[in-house]
Amino acid sequence: MAVVSTLLVIAQPNPIYSVLLLICSFVALAGLYVMLDAPFVAVTQIIVYAGAIMVLFLFVVMLLNVAREGAVAEAEAASDGGTATARWFGALLAVAMALELAWALNRSRGIAAAPATGERETAWSVAEIGKILFTNYAFAFEATSVLILIAMIGSIALAGRHLPEKKPWRG
Amino acid sequence: MAGLNHYLILSGVLFTIGIAGVFLRRNLITILLSIEVMLNAVNLTFIAFGHFLGSADGQIIVFFVVTVAAAEAAVGLALVITLFRHMETLNPDAFRQLKG
Repeated sequence: MAVVSTLLVIAQPNPIYSVLLLICSFVALAGLYVMLDAPFVAVTQIIVYAGAIMVLFLFVVMLLNVAREGAVAEAEAASDGGTATARWFGALLAVAMALELAWALNRSRGIAAAPATGERETAWSVAEIGKILFTNYAFAFEATSVLILIAMIGSIALAGRHLPEKKPWRG
Repeated sequence: MAGLNHYLILSGVLFTIGIAGVFLRRNLITILLSIEVMLNAVNLTFIAFGHFLGSADGQIIVFFVVTVAAAEAAVGLALVITLFRHMETLNPDAFRQLKG
């Protein structure tokens, strides 16, 4: 299900359907996370990805209103010679990537079969994850908060440039 | 019960789809979506390894990856909005003013 909906994301000419199908793909992945004893990450996946990030994407798609325009531009680009070469190169690169991954998986079969010993019977609880997150990874956590702050300021500075009346410090 | 290899194969397939999307599509928003797909493929790898090695570190790294993805999406979409205001298109082939 995840593979099918993700393939459709790429094949879809209309960005809105693309975003909606990607939500479907994320929900399928969240189901896989639950199967892998990671309910906290599954919930985070649905809330943050399928909720916040995809709403952001949908908002931008609808704000720019490029559903038809994008398809026309893409059709024009497809008829361009140089772009066609780039597309073939991209397809080749993707196929090469797939082959390389298959090769690596084949080689590591012995390694992958071994570590079944570490499996736990119960799922990781949020309390356990929180304890590890705030002890072993406390510095990374703080660094992430700084990163979010920077991203916030950056996106406001980038997207809010054309509203001079509301920002007196810009003149 | 699916083994580690199945999850790794699924993750590889998803990552390849993401790469194909970045290279084959000529729409900035779809390219950003493909990047999200690739990040998710990597997340699946982390979770699968964390599960089969009995460690919570994978889940914590996924937590950070999700945060970085959110920041990347916010900044990327802000860039897309700014570019669209300037160029009135989302085709990355049109953004050639930086080319020497």
